Amino acid sequence: MIGGLFIYNHKGEVLISRVYRDDIGSRQAADSAVSSSSGPFPGERLGGSMRRNAVDAFRVNVIHARQQVRSPVTNIARTSFFHVKRSNIWLAAVTKQNVNAAMVFEFLYKMCDVMAAYFGKISEENIKNNFVLIYELLDEILDFGYPQNSETGALKTFITQQGIKSQTKEEQSQITSQVTGQIGWRREGIKYRRNELFLDVLESVNLLMSPQGQVLSAHVSGRVVMKSYLSGMPECKFGMNDKIVIEKQGKGTADETSKSGKQSIAIDDCTFHQCVRLSKFDSERSISFIPPDGEFELMRYRTTKDIILPFRVIPLVREVGRTKLEVKVVIKSNFKPSLLAQKIEVRIPTPLNTSGVQVICMKGKAKYKASENAIVWKIKRMAGMKESQISAEIELLPTNDKKKWARPPISMNFEVPFAPSGLKVRYLKVFEPKLNYSDHDVIKWVRYIGRSGIYETRC
Amino acid sequence: MTDSKYFTTTKKGEIFELKAELNSDKKEKKKEAVKKVIASMTVGKDVSALFPDVVNCMQTDNLELKKLVYLYLMNYAKSQPDMAIMAVNTFVKDCEDPNPLIRALAVRTMGCIRVDKITEYLCEPLRKCLKDEDPYVRKTAAVCVAKLHDINAQLVEDQGFLDTLKDLISDSNPMVVANAVAALSEIAESHPSSNLLDLNPQSINKLLTALNECTEWGQIFILDCLANYMPKDDREAQSICERVTPRLSHANSAVVLSAVKVLMKFMEMLSKDLDYYGTLLKKLAPPLVTLLSAEPELQYVALRNINLIVQKRPEILKHEMKVFFVKYNDPIYVKLEKLDIMIRLASQANIAQVLAELKEYATEVDVDFVRKAVRAIGRCAIKVEQSAERCVSTLLDLIQTKVNYVVQEAIVVIKDIFRKYPNKYESVIATLCENLDSLDEPEARAAMIWIVGEYAERIDNADELLESFLEGFHDESTQVQLQLLTAIVKLFLKKPTETQELVQQVLSLATQDSDNPDLRDRGYIYWRLLSTDPVAAKEVVLAEKPLISEETDLIEPTLLDELICYIGTLASVYHKPPSAFVEGGRGVVHKSLPPRTASSESAESPETAPTGAPPGEQPDVIPAQGDLLGDLLNLDLGPPVSGPPLATSSVQMGAVDLLGGGLDSLIGGTNFVAPPTAAVPANLGAPIGSGLSDLFDLTSGVGTLSGSYVAPKAVWLPAMKAKGLEISGTFTRQVGSISMDLQLTNKALQVMTDFAIQFNRNSFGLAPAAPLQVHAPLSPNQTVEISLPLSTVGSVMKMEPLNNLQVGSGQGRHPSPYSPTSRAPLGSVEGRVYRQMFLATWKDIPNENEAQFQIRDCPLNAEAASSKLQSSNIFTVAKRNVEGQDMLYQSLKLTNGIWVLAELRIQPGNPSCTVRLSLKCRAPEVSQHVYQAYETILKN
Repeated sequence: MIGGLFIYNHKGEVLISRVYRDDIGSRQAADSAVSSSSGPFPGERLGGSMRRNAVDAFRVNVIHARQQVRSPVTNIARTSFFHVKRSNIWLAAVTKQNVNAAMVFEFLYKMCDVMAAYFGKISEENIKNNFVLIYELLDEILDFGYPQNSETGALKTFITQQGIKSQTKEEQSQITSQVTGQIGWRREGIKYRRNELFLDVLESVNLLMSPQGQVLSAHVSGRVVMKSYLSGMPECKFGMNDKIVIEKQGKGTADETSKSGKQSIAIDDCTFHQCVRLSKFDSERSISFIPPDGEFELMRYRTTKDIILPFRVIPLVREVGRTKLEVKVVIKSNFKPSLLAQKIEVRIPTPLNTSGVQVICMKGKAKYKASENAIVWKIKRMAGMKESQISAEIELLPTNDKKKWARPPISMNFEVPFAPSGLKVRYLKVFEPKLNYSDHDVIKWVRYIGRSGIYETRC
Repeated sequence: MTDSKYFTTTKKGEIFELKAELNSDKKEKKKEAVKKVIASMTVGKDVSALFPDVVNCMQTDNLELKKLVYLYLMNYAKSQPDMAIMAVNTFVKDCEDPNPLIRALAVRTMGCIRVDKITEYLCEPLRKCLKDEDPYVRKTAAVCVAKLHDINAQLVEDQGFLDTLKDLISDSNPMVVANAVAALSEIAESHPSSNLLDLNPQSINKLLTALNECTEWGQIFILDCLANYMPKDDREAQSICERVTPRLSHANSAVVLSAVKVLMKFMEMLSKDLDYYGTLLKKLAPPLVTLLSAEPELQYVALRNINLIVQKRPEILKHEMKVFFVKYNDPIYVKLEKLDIMIRLASQANIAQVLAELKEYATEVDVDFVRKAVRAIGRCAIKVEQSAERCVSTLLDLIQTKVNYVVQEAIVVIKDIFRKYPNKYESVIATLCENLDSLDEPEARAAMIWIVGEYAERIDNADELLESFLEGFHDESTQVQLQLLTAIVKLFLKKPTETQELVQQVLSLATQDSDNPDLRDRGYIYWRLLSTDPVAAKEVVLAEKPLISEETDLIEPTLLDELICYIGTLASVYHKPPSAFVEGGRGVVHKSLPPRTASSESAESPETAPTGAPPGEQPDVIPAQGDLLGDLLNLDLGPPVSGPPLATSSVQMGAVDLLGGGLDSLIGGTNFVAPPTAAVPANLGAPIGSGLSDLFDLTSGVGTLSGSYVAPKAVWLPAMKAKGLEISGTFTRQVGSISMDLQLTNKALQVMTDFAIQFNRNSFGLAPAAPLQVHAPLSPNQTVEISLPLSTVGSVMKMEPLNNLQVGSGQGRHPSPYSPTSRAPLGSVEGRVYRQMFLATWKDIPNENEAQFQIRDCPLNAEAASSKLQSSNIFTVAKRNVEGQDMLYQSLKLTNGIWVLAELRIQPGNPSCTVRLSLKCRAPEVSQHVYQAYETILKN
């Protein structure tokens, strides 16, 4: 299990250090760590006898390493370090055992989420300002290196930084049963005057296209985020136009198949928040759950078939001699003319030896950004079924560099008000048998947002 | 509120100031001071001097303050154990607090304070907390048992906490169950033999129920534990799989990977004809693909695992090639892993796409990645024959880019392509030759030279090309030198007329001017071949080469199977078994996949099958020290102990060694040497008795049940030297104790009486356990047989040689000294160690103490050797098979308390029947003797 957890700033100074297991070298036996050899086990030749300080070992071998980090897991002298970086903060988990590596990373992300939920952005300043809180959290969510309940909702009920409030006995047992209970993500006795819920279908559409316009790979990864303000312990059921479900129902009523069959989508795979009853989904493919209060991610899914690609990029690059490049890029919007795409940005990479650029575009604004080695073309809004064009002349400095310019792909960013996967929410039913409000009384909102993920066209 | 100010105090009298503040009356000030202390602790300042002052703040109602003090305690208690006791009272009191959060906090913290004295006080509170009414306290207490076990395993067992922990598996609260499972799994890891996690269909059912209800982390603990279970038959395996499959939709990747592990493992037991088997395969692909949309670090873990899964069951992901295409801004570690998997999945169906991608990657920036991409193109050519032509032309395009490392990498792979498809693509050689000058890496140079030599007849200026390399011959790496030598010899055989000078030059460079034995030998072979029989040389050097195989760098199957059992863990990330990176014995139990046949007999899980039988039937585990005799008795009398009853058993060893006196008989051996007081003019120090070499292992009594080996009696003291008394003898081990069997013969003319025996101090602490009793006087020519019990508790003195034992015996006042050379009692029954101890000790003993030997002509297999040795108290701790060799790890303990660890390497089917033995021992001088003992036992 996790033997210790350290948080460093970008200089490698320790901001937080919590050791859970004795086998991790502690500070006392500090030993200026040297040696950073390459290979899978750098530093191993130092042998186990030399008790090296894990804190320093990580700083020397990873944070201060001369070359780029080649793996998020590093083994130094038989001690394994897992790290993730958030802005310029390093979080490192350390162990000497054969731990579940996926779990350690999941835990590190979770820990970032929890910290963010408590004090916002993870920065050196925020960490220093909240170090007492962080120690308290670490004590709670990791016991002897085993992750414990790390749901922010539950944690916030008793890790408050307010000292201990005089809780009644009931309150205390409510806290403990929530933290350990079956429904650890929701507490009893929530009341709202207005029962309301918001569903956001957020999709990111990813594309890799060849210069000739052939789709090399495309997929949508989507999330359904729910914000619930519901009283009591509501039982919810979520339905969407999942092909498997629709076809199943279709067997009963042939009518409906013909109506909705076309619009159903094939979901490659989906994963759910821990509140969803997985065994029920497995057997009946129905998504039922008791939601946490407030905002949470109900599900993630992935589709690869019949994706609506909102934009098509057509590049044309011509090298004119050794010192000039002519680039023409056309973008075409491919959705209903009544809809508007926003925040469109096309990024056209330029060679490192670019000396000057002239751009002409029909719509929006385009600029050459030397620091980013790219021409950035921004368009605020664009309706469906339109097309726009940019042309640029790039002057190059002559170089001796034999290596050819690698021509990174042209990438695009945008936001569209529909789900490129074609996903539609069919219903979200709410049942709360104990309180007297019914499904009809709940106010429901649904919104679709499609964003570009990695949307690239090679040129 | 901002805490950062606590980090900034760096004034001189800091500790002093803090002390004052800690003792302040104002609560707020106290709290501030403790925060400052913790801040200093975090940045690495030593604030242990404040221990008493901080502990004084412990008794408070303020939970936040209390937690800070606890944090401090956990850090410093170990350095101030006596003061830490001051905290005990508060802990004990807190464990009774009405607030469950405080009870849990107290028990959680107490377990983290690794001070023996505190641990004692922990037991009672822990016992209560394990049965607390509040689940939060119980789940904390469950983990605390694991903490305590880590500090003092014996205490946990004695206090019965393990049973309580087992009961918690049936707890009503899922989180308590999960933590209990985690704690038990960890404890079980350090006791591979104990049947702690006694998994049976009922307990499995409980776990599967809890799986649906507990937190994501709890699900991981439970799934990891389930993966160690071995279902009775395929039906049970299937029903568990059915209940685990829903976990594949969990948002937490670790839950998904652990579920994949359980399914991959249990799938082994399902018949491939089953519909369910196919369904399961189909269900595995989507979640694996989904893992690739996780954060990059998790993608990396997932990809390393997918790499294993693809090798084990390629059918799962064969249609998913596209998802492994590299994205421009993937981190480099993700890119490299994806590339690996792409090659593994490449097939005729998708090769066009793959090639287009690889070509794209070859123009990227990262040098390692580009190289790997180029190499991948070559591997595709070798793997998918239809694509070879396209691959070759792609490689040629890449060579045209003239990017140095791309060119070199391409040449290396083209060489492999030539070896796979001879006489097909040689037209490209001209292009390759153009790039000769730019090659600066040995591998590329060697590849190019190979090509030139192999196709010398088609390259007009082959001799010039090779000659150009020859100039700097001595600066080349060995690889290039060897290749150059061979290439020039090939060239000579193909075009003898023009190249005679060249070949002579290279031969003399290789044989006369080189220090490298490989190079020299190869040079001489060629030289002699060429000078004696050029035709034969041609046949040898220009022989047709076997085609190279298509799959490279696959993980060896047994390792792969083991790694599949470790899916999701570090082992699967490193692609190494845990023993390669985990220190000591923890968690290094070898795991293996279940056998496909589902017979209930064979389903015994390897990790629950320790070195011996399960506890009940194993009276010989480790006898308590101090009562050696009793235990020995136990041992040999107890029913199932020693190996198969007999057969090879008390075979007497024929005229073994002996003679050599001391050295050879070592451990057992004893040279009788006359004590200086001897009245008889005796053979001081001379190995009189000549032969007694046996001894050594004396295990059971003469000709008794066990298969141990007893040497024949040998004459230790000839009559001439002892006034007519001839003594011959041997050592035996009877029911575990050692005795010296003596045969006294009166070869004199008068009656002998008053026999006595005395042992000088010796290396093994051997001493008579009873006086020598010869009841009747011994008449002339009469012979009497006596068995003299020996103990090993005599004083020990290191003798030179080690096996030197001096004994004087005789009648009346005239002791005749003699030295029985014979094998001394080598193994004591205590010689059995557990695996983890074995490993730890093995590592502990410095390498220079390791001695290696070879035992020739020993046609035994591992089984036979092991049982033979066991009957001589050399115990096999573990056995494994590495690259076709059986490795036996053994331990023995000499009666003088010296432990010897041995690694025996047996190569079945090796005609020379040579067994290799490595010995490690803190007293390296015994190694030689132990080796001889081994040799004697094994060959006998």
